[in-house]
Amino acid sequence: MKIEVLGAGCANCQALEKRTAEAVTLLGLQAEIVKVTDYGEIASYGVMSTPALVVDEKVVVAGRVPRVSEIQSLLEEAGFQATP
Amino acid sequence: MKALVNTDVQAVPAVHSSWRVWGGLLAAVVVWAGAYQANGPLWQWAIYDMSGFASDNRLGSALEFFFFDTVKILLLLAGIIFAVTVLRSFMSVERTRALLGGRREGVGNMAAAGLGVVTPFCSCSAVPGFIGFVAAGVPLGITMSFLIASPMVNEVAIVLLYGLFGWQVAALYVAAGLVVAVVAGWVIGRLRLERWIESFVFETTLRGQPVDPSQGLGWTDRFAIAREEVRTIIRKIWPYLLAGIGIGAAIHGWVPEGFFVRYAGPNNALAVPVAVGLGIPLYSNAAGILPLVEALHAKGLAIGTVLAFMMSVVALSVPELVLLRRVLKPRLLAVFVGVVGTGILAVGFLFNLIL
Repeated sequence: MKIEVLGAGCANCQALEKRTAEAVTLLGLQAEIVKVTDYGEIASYGVMSTPALVVDEKVVVAGRVPRVSEIQSLLEEAGFQATP
Repeated sequence: MKALVNTDVQAVPAVHSSWRVWGGLLAAVVVWAGAYQANGPLWQWAIYDMSGFASDNRLGSALEFFFFDTVKILLLLAGIIFAVTVLRSFMSVERTRALLGGRREGVGNMAAAGLGVVTPFCSCSAVPGFIGFVAAGVPLGITMSFLIASPMVNEVAIVLLYGLFGWQVAALYVAAGLVVAVVAGWVIGRLRLERWIESFVFETTLRGQPVDPSQGLGWTDRFAIAREEVRTIIRKIWPYLLAGIGIGAAIHGWVPEGFFVRYAGPNNALAVPVAVGLGIPLYSNAAGILPLVEALHAKGLAIGTVLAFMMSVVALSVPELVLLRRVLKPRLLAVFVGVVGTGILAVGFLFNLIL
């Protein structure tokens, strides 16, 4: 499973990255968070307002920075299971 | 407009939370209105009655001007950014694109400029936004009308113009900004310059289902987003605002009346281009520069020059041009600057002439 944070260095993108890392830690996941900063690649996800969170190639949130608890449930909905 | 940010809010039972949210909002409105009303008398009392300045003392009136204007503009910014952000949370770029798809030029440019004002859109998203529009078939000129109107007619500029110059000037600015966005976008569309868009834009395939950020939000979320937006903007601009109002207060107190009529009055044809040129590198300081410009206006700087300056500060900023360069080849970027710049100059000259 793969978590990607889309955004080219704006303050909100950094905030989303930080909160996602927090959510991953809280859920006890072993997951790598990849930053995607290339505009062509960002746009190819159909994302028009950054930042955005992509789990397994699927955009789960775009254009806002959700709170940590919301990111946690987004990750769980996307099928992330805590690795034993 | 920044992307929306949500902060942690405690989970409370639905009924309690709705009472708390609306009660909190009502309390905030009452406190805000009280502070706005008390602002004038408070500084009158503090400076002339308490500190004993004579009513014709220059330092006294500069201090009163500084404190009164600072509090007034901060209150206006907080109130209006909050309201605008809540309203905008019902819109999204995704919905705007759907509304603009298949529009014809002319009507499409007008729709794009109007939507540019009401859509939450951060200029830091200009590149993915541009690609998303163009790759989905929104014509170049219509996309440009959106990208010009969005930063130009923004709430910070409107608050500052309203707070410092009154609602007539703010309304004039909004109307002129929309006209520039419509006409400049229409001209760029007519020139058929699609070949000067970087080719990767057309090669981008939009896979996946776009996620609409305006969906699934409750009032609690919208208010939380708006509170965060107020905090972010004010935290970013307050030092510039204080510096600008401070220098403006000094100019009010010590620069002779009519000083700028000679150099930058309505009859000086060079004033508008110089103001537009100065505005391009000054983006992040719009909040600090407008109080300064207001003081210059009080000493004779013409109003058309002021409006043109403000427009160039927000619509032709260096960071925005650097971003747009990723998707526009240099020639198209030059055309963009030329067309928008000409529109702004026209606004400046026109208002200097008729007002």
